[in-house]
Amino acid sequence: MIAILGLLLGVAVGIWLSPTLPAVLQPYLPIMIVAAMDALFGATRAYLDHTFSDKVFVVSFISNVTIAALIVWIGDQIGVGSQLSTAVIVVLGIRIFTNAAAIRRKVIHA
Amino acid sequence: MPDEAPRGARRFLTDFLRPSRSQAVMALILFICGLAAVMQVTANSADAGYSTMRRSDLVELLDTLNAQSRRLEADIAELESTKSRLESGVDAQRIAAEEATKRLDELGILAGTLPATGPGIRMTIVDPQQQLTPEILLDAIGELRDAGAEAIELNDQVRVVGTSWVGGSAGALVVDDVALDLPLTIEAIGTPHSLEEGARFRGGLVSQVEGPAVGGSVLINQVDEVIIETLHRVSEPQFARPA
Repeated sequence: MIAILGLLLGVAVGIWLSPTLPAVLQPYLPIMIVAAMDALFGATRAYLDHTFSDKVFVVSFISNVTIAALIVWIGDQIGVGSQLSTAVIVVLGIRIFTNAAAIRRKVIHA
Repeated sequence: MPDEAPRGARRFLTDFLRPSRSQAVMALILFICGLAAVMQVTANSADAGYSTMRRSDLVELLDTLNAQSRRLEADIAELESTKSRLESGVDAQRIAAEEATKRLDELGILAGTLPATGPGIRMTIVDPQQQLTPEILLDAIGELRDAGAEAIELNDQVRVVGTSWVGGSAGALVVDDVALDLPLTIEAIGTPHSLEEGARFRGGLVSQVEGPAVGGSVLINQVDEVIIETLHRVSEPQFARPA
């Protein structure tokens, strides 16, 4: 319940205060969001597998987001930023689908 | 949570209702996620996403826009030249029309088909013995023309033009089929001084009228603005055609 409240609070703060990210970070925000989604799906799957650990979750979340942003940043530095961001999104998308399939099997046994 | 293992929905429900440390961690992470998602969505919808675009994309976009603006500038130049060409054509046509109108006015005054106004003289001939002959009047008209009269009118009745004729007999003058009443008033537009001199020279109109043969008198006024409103009716030429 606290988790749901946290999500709603985040959305509300984002809407009302409309904070702006520094321009340097802005191209990496979408990638970071996708990475965070991947981490969340992974956490849900772990929860249903009874292997959820908040420590693992926090570390994986932060490392996922950081690595995704880092990969794209490096790509930008060497001139293949858009291709690498596509690659990162594809990989994360595959992971999200895999996790979603696992969750589906756990929840509705199909 | 790993230490207890109730099944499915019940476990979810108990976890949902009982706060724990991991839920607080999840709350923090979800807070960050929600915040980031909303920020990204608002930034995306606010400025068409330019601020989130990469440098190479922006350069490409700029190139496209530059090419487009160059093309549009070429279009503008072409259309401007077309416009100026059309305008100069309109100007030439307008000047031609003005010239034609001016010429029409001049010819209209000359032919007596337009009313005319200007400086000139008003000459009144009193002829108590009714001895004023058509010849004297014809001479008078000729002399006024020699003196530069541009428009001549008799008695506010007849406009004297190139085809005008003078007939009748002494005391009963007829000009262009119009019988003239006496006393006779001649109005002429031209240089007033020249016109008056043209009538007054020795052997001219004044000396003829005031001489013993006629015994009349002539009154000449120089007028700043003579108004001639009688018009000559032009008949279509039957034989003459523009060559």
